[in-house]
Amino acid sequence: MAELTYREAVAAGIAQEMRRDANVVFLGEDVAAAGGVFKATVGLLDEFGPQRVRDTPISEQAILGAAMGAAMTGLRPIAEIMFSDFFAVCWDIVANEIAKTRYMTDGQVTLPLVIRSGNGGGSRFGAQHSQSVENWAMAVPGLKVVAPSSPADVKGLLAASVRDEDPVLFFEQKSLYATKGEVPDGEHVVPLGKANVLRQGDDVTICALALMVPRAMQAAKILEEQHGISATVVDVRSLVPLDTQTILAEVAKTGRLVTVEENPRLCGWGAEIASIVAEELFWDLDGPIVRVTTPHVPLAAANNLEDAQLPSADKIVASVRELVD
Amino acid sequence: MLECRALEKRAYDLFMQNLIKGTSHLGLGQEAVAAGFGVAMRPDDYTFCTYRGHNHTLVRGVSMTQILGELMGNSSGLMRGKGGSMHLTSIKHHMMGSYAIVGAHLTIAAGAAWSAQYRGTEQVAVCFFGDGATNIGAFHEALNLAVVWKLPVVFVCENNRYMEYTAIDQVTAVEHPAADRASAYGLEPVLIDGNDVDVVYETAQRALDLARRGGGPSLIEAETYRHGGHSRADPGKYRPDDEVKEWLSKDPIPRYRKRLTDLGIPEDALAKIEAETQAAIDKATEEAKNAPPPDESIAYKDVWADGGSAWRN
Ligand SMILES: Cc1ncc(C[n+]2csc(CCOP(=O)(O)OP(=O)(O)O)c2C)c(N)n1
Repeated sequence: MAELTYREAVAAGIAQEMRRDANVVFLGEDVAAAGGVFKATVGLLDEFGPQRVRDTPISEQAILGAAMGAAMTGLRPIAEIMFSDFFAVCWDIVANEIAKTRYMTDGQVTLPLVIRSGNGGGSRFGAQHSQSVENWAMAVPGLKVVAPSSPADVKGLLAASVRDEDPVLFFEQKSLYATKGEVPDGEHVVPLGKANVLRQGDDVTICALALMVPRAMQAAKILEEQHGISATVVDVRSLVPLDTQTILAEVAKTGRLVTVEENPRLCGWGAEIASIVAEELFWDLDGPIVRVTTPHVPLAAANNLEDAQLPSADKIVASVRELVD
Repeated sequence: MLECRALEKRAYDLFMQNLIKGTSHLGLGQEAVAAGFGVAMRPDDYTFCTYRGHNHTLVRGVSMTQILGELMGNSSGLMRGKGGSMHLTSIKHHMMGSYAIVGAHLTIAAGAAWSAQYRGTEQVAVCFFGDGATNIGAFHEALNLAVVWKLPVVFVCENNRYMEYTAIDQVTAVEHPAADRASAYGLEPVLIDGNDVDVVYETAQRALDLARRGGGPSLIEAETYRHGGHSRADPGKYRPDDEVKEWLSKDPIPRYRKRLTDLGIPEDALAKIEAETQAAIDKATEEAKNAPPPDESIAYKDVWADGGSAWRN
């Protein structure tokens, strides 16, 4: 196993799939010669050449339209939208075209494409470059939604997304790009729709995604060491498909659920999981379901303001203690 | 052209009889553009069009029954009612879809052209759109990308002078919404009489040939007119009478008929084609009308590639 950064794992995952299948092509702004604004695609142009790794103009609609047109005629494109906030610029192609075409054509058109994007806060980029928008995507039937938390998952889930026959929105957390982890050498594929139970405890189940996963792990450690509370931590990994089986099984064991998400509070994915758990497990619960979220405000840029808004390990600890004590 | 006219006139009648619900956008009067391109295109070239796409679908070889069936929303329809009038698609015929979001499909056509270029198939993507679409951002994004990537795509603006109810010249900075913008993308301005099917055919051949030879995209503005309103039973009253009169006199179908008689094609040969077309539309109407509604179970199918609609594992 090699130790890779999250950003290196992106290039590793794309390269693995481009080597395997000549129909995989990759396009986006500054992705080829410059290697991506987050340096997550360095080396791809050198290995695969400009026919397969393409720099585009600043044309988010054209990038995703081109990806869709290519996918419907036999290619398997990976498109990059630099910051996930920019989905707002091309939301028509995502929500009206890519998501609905298979259904509207009575199954005639299949769209095997991946849209990767830098998502989420913690990097002091301000309100138009820090949003977590995976809940926008989750609300549209026809899109799969994936958000990895570790380098190994970046490579493995990206590979599975490229191989998937459906359109996948792949959300990379910008503040995780520099983090490191062991990544299996050689072919590595992590199936979509399987949550990852990172640790098991008796008192509470914490469900988290992306940047919130390491924070939930940190919180679990503090809870154990300082407060004698033992927590299960589930990395949800993909919202569509959602691994309700694992989530329900883990919550059933502990009787308590805390969801941790970066989304602004209204309509975040934690609410969906809370609702599923309330429906299916109400009589097994030992307390209310608690959601830790960003408040319903745009993210601020200043260190202390952004930190105050995003869920931190301390905030998770406090919420869990309130529930368990 | 005759079949297009017969199909859409019938669609109008069926709409008035309340057998077609929702909405429907007819291309009555605009048949020459669809027909001219339909004949010039290779069977494996791609068509992308708008909600005003019945004619473009028909000329690729889709049956009248399937089109009328889709408009009526029953099991004889091309998508068994899951698409509707605005979303005719037949991948088998390389009819890659009718798009109801103005301008979106120009980018998608560019993508299909990119794929053809990458796969080296010498296929061309032909993308039809209205004058109104030229004021949408995606139009400009698609054109720029197509030029810089030298894509085999032909963009065809059917300028029928109106967007929905507003004349295009009221809301556009240039006189010819597509042609006048071609030079901004380094393209030749091409402005043609879209009611003359021979002119359309020759223009189409040139553009398709250029794209097939690796010469990149074209932008064609075909001037035409819709005989009716924008959709449904819109009588199009916002249009001045003399304008309507003038354009009705340029109807592509009698014009072409006259050209054929002038060339010595006997009257009875033409009358025979007309009678056959009428019989074909009558037969298709009966077939489409008599089909049962789609099975309700299909409403929950084909969201995902596994054929289903579940989002939880
Ligand atoms: C993005 C978008 N805005 C508005 C509409 C509503 N709309 C439907 S058709 C139409 C007029 C389009 O005119 P044009 O492009 O000239 O095509 P035509 O209908 O004349 O063929 C409008 C405004 C739409 N479907 N999509």
